[in-house]
Amino acid sequence: MTTLIIAARNITRNHRRSLMTVSAIAVGTMALLMLGEFISQIFVALETQNVVRSGHIALFRKGYFEYGGGNPAAYGIHDYQSVIDLIRDDPVLKPMINVVTPTINLFGIAGNFEGGSSRTFIGLGVIPADYNKMHHWDEHHLKMPGLAGEPLNERDETHGFIGAGLARILGLCGPLKLKGCPKQPGGDRKAAPPAAGKRRDFSGLVEEAHPPSPGPAGESAPRLDLLAATANGAPNVVGFYVDKATKQGIKEYNDAFVVMSFKLAQELLYGRGEKKAVSIVVQLHRTEDIPVARARIEKIVKDRGLNLEVKGLKQLQPFYTQAVGMFKTIFTFISVVMGMIVLFTVVNTMTMSVMERTHEIGTLRAMGIKKRGIALQFVLEGIILGGIGATLGILMGSVAADMVNHSGIMWHPPGQAYPMKLLLRTHGVSHLLLGIWAGLGVMSALAAWIPAKRAARMKIVDALGHI
Amino acid sequence: MIEDPVVVFDSVSKVYQMGEVAIPALKGVSLRIPRGRFSMVLGPSGSGKTTLLNLVGCLDQPTEGVIEVCGQLMAEISDDRISEFRARHIGFIFQNFNLIPVLSARENVEYPLALIGMKASERRDRSMAMLSSVGLADHGRHRPNQLSGGQKQRVAIARALVKEPNLVLADEPTANLDSKTGAAIIDLMHKVQEKFGASFVFSTHDPQLISHAEDVFSIRDGELIDHHREGRP
Repeated sequence: MTTLIIAARNITRNHRRSLMTVSAIAVGTMALLMLGEFISQIFVALETQNVVRSGHIALFRKGYFEYGGGNPAAYGIHDYQSVIDLIRDDPVLKPMINVVTPTINLFGIAGNFEGGSSRTFIGLGVIPADYNKMHHWDEHHLKMPGLAGEPLNERDETHGFIGAGLARILGLCGPLKLKGCPKQPGGDRKAAPPAAGKRRDFSGLVEEAHPPSPGPAGESAPRLDLLAATANGAPNVVGFYVDKATKQGIKEYNDAFVVMSFKLAQELLYGRGEKKAVSIVVQLHRTEDIPVARARIEKIVKDRGLNLEVKGLKQLQPFYTQAVGMFKTIFTFISVVMGMIVLFTVVNTMTMSVMERTHEIGTLRAMGIKKRGIALQFVLEGIILGGIGATLGILMGSVAADMVNHSGIMWHPPGQAYPMKLLLRTHGVSHLLLGIWAGLGVMSALAAWIPAKRAARMKIVDALGHI
Repeated sequence: MIEDPVVVFDSVSKVYQMGEVAIPALKGVSLRIPRGRFSMVLGPSGSGKTTLLNLVGCLDQPTEGVIEVCGQLMAEISDDRISEFRARHIGFIFQNFNLIPVLSARENVEYPLALIGMKASERRDRSMAMLSSVGLADHGRHRPNQLSGGQKQRVAIARALVKEPNLVLADEPTANLDSKTGAAIIDLMHKVQEKFGASFVFSTHDPQLISHAEDVFSIRDGELIDHHREGRP
């Protein structure tokens, strides 16, 4: 106890030096905390974005993940509804699950034959009600702009959304009243007007089967014809009505994305054949349940002998894993830099302190304090300096984070469709606070240990004779 | 022949190595310091007084020879054990007082008791009693920088004696005090020595202090040239 009292009081002996040391540690802590909170916010934003789109876990027919991209129709899941029921009704999984839904991934050509333009598309077939429910997932209460968006039409299976880029390419800016959509050079291309009577192209055929339906505002929604190859290789076409164009963060995706109803996608991909699903997506209430839920689903698949493979969020969204890895590396790098600054600051302070107190060290040793007692005293001083600095830094960082969060500064993160408020995550980051606080405390103790060891090794007679 | 000595030196030498130059500070000194008396080590500057006192206080190791302090052979024990031994058996009074500046007078006196593991309440009572016996009962809360030179040396004496050591070593204890304060300090050391029965060993040039010597060891050029007993003044 006396050692602690001496250590604490010694810190006040040279006010200015202690203040400078504490300030350096506090600023380092604050910077590290704010960076950590910013990165943490990016993590949860990325997680939310990905979970909303793809869920936490997905089941595919074996081999789909490696080869199915080239021919999704060939890797369909038979009797997908019974698999969904198995998962949905499982007593272990039930409390964890938000949505279990079949989806279809497909690609083909989207044509606006009235506008005389076409473009390859990447399509997603979803059950609208499930899709809408999935888009309301917000475990971290981020309320990200454009995430929930307008709901997908649950009543009419021929309606859906497309990417804003695709709308632009297909000349739908006007009909969809898209803002910030540059006019096509040379004006909107118009196809030659169809000959009198029925059109004899794919579009005409589809129109016969699916007459135009009114849009959400009672107006007629612009129509596209979607062409794809069925499971047996035959071309197939369906009529698709665009309710809305939504921005996608990545240009290639924005220029090709189509989200349609599951039934329409089935019709396009399987025609009159057996209707399957390409994947079964599971969205949980909480991301942290992924390992348990995944293990349980794998057990069900194995026990039932299903020809399915189970993939988790990290496999489904490799970009997410890469982005998290990159930010973790940046954070680690900056933490090391900050740690070095703290290390050298504390080493410098404690070395000065040892030099000034050499005579005192000799006296204490003469009185009977052991070498480790002397070392402990200086290490304690380092820990106290580090503790005060880190605590101040945490307080300063918390205030600064609050100010940033209320400043309304906007930024446009890479891969995001809409600009976001610059936010620092201040809730659910106790591990970050504790980690930084303890890390810098340990660093201060280590930094103090170097001069402390030197102090402890001094010869008593030399220390007493030191002037 | 001194019976039951508190310190025994047997052919003790100490050589300091300054780079490639070896400087002998003590040359084969053999002596026996009596228990319970005021012993003085006298000699001119550079004669080896401080080296001898350092060895007696177990602050340094001899290059050659055997040292026994309070019945303990110093060559046989580790640095930690020597520290414990000093904490229990030896008190130091320094020329510059060497009080811990961040501790109050009472805390300075109490500190040696903490080192030997005494309970806090007992430490407090004993340190206050010790401060009273050196006439500083009202100065317990004062930090060293709030005390005069004489008061600091009184605190240092209280600190050296509070654990009731067998041996008290004092290196020029009156050198930084005026003659009146020095006389008062000498008188105080006599009183506490009588009260606690400790053996005092001084290194000094101060004639006033020398006049109180009971045993005198004279050193010159690292050799013991004389030892004689005086009557108690």
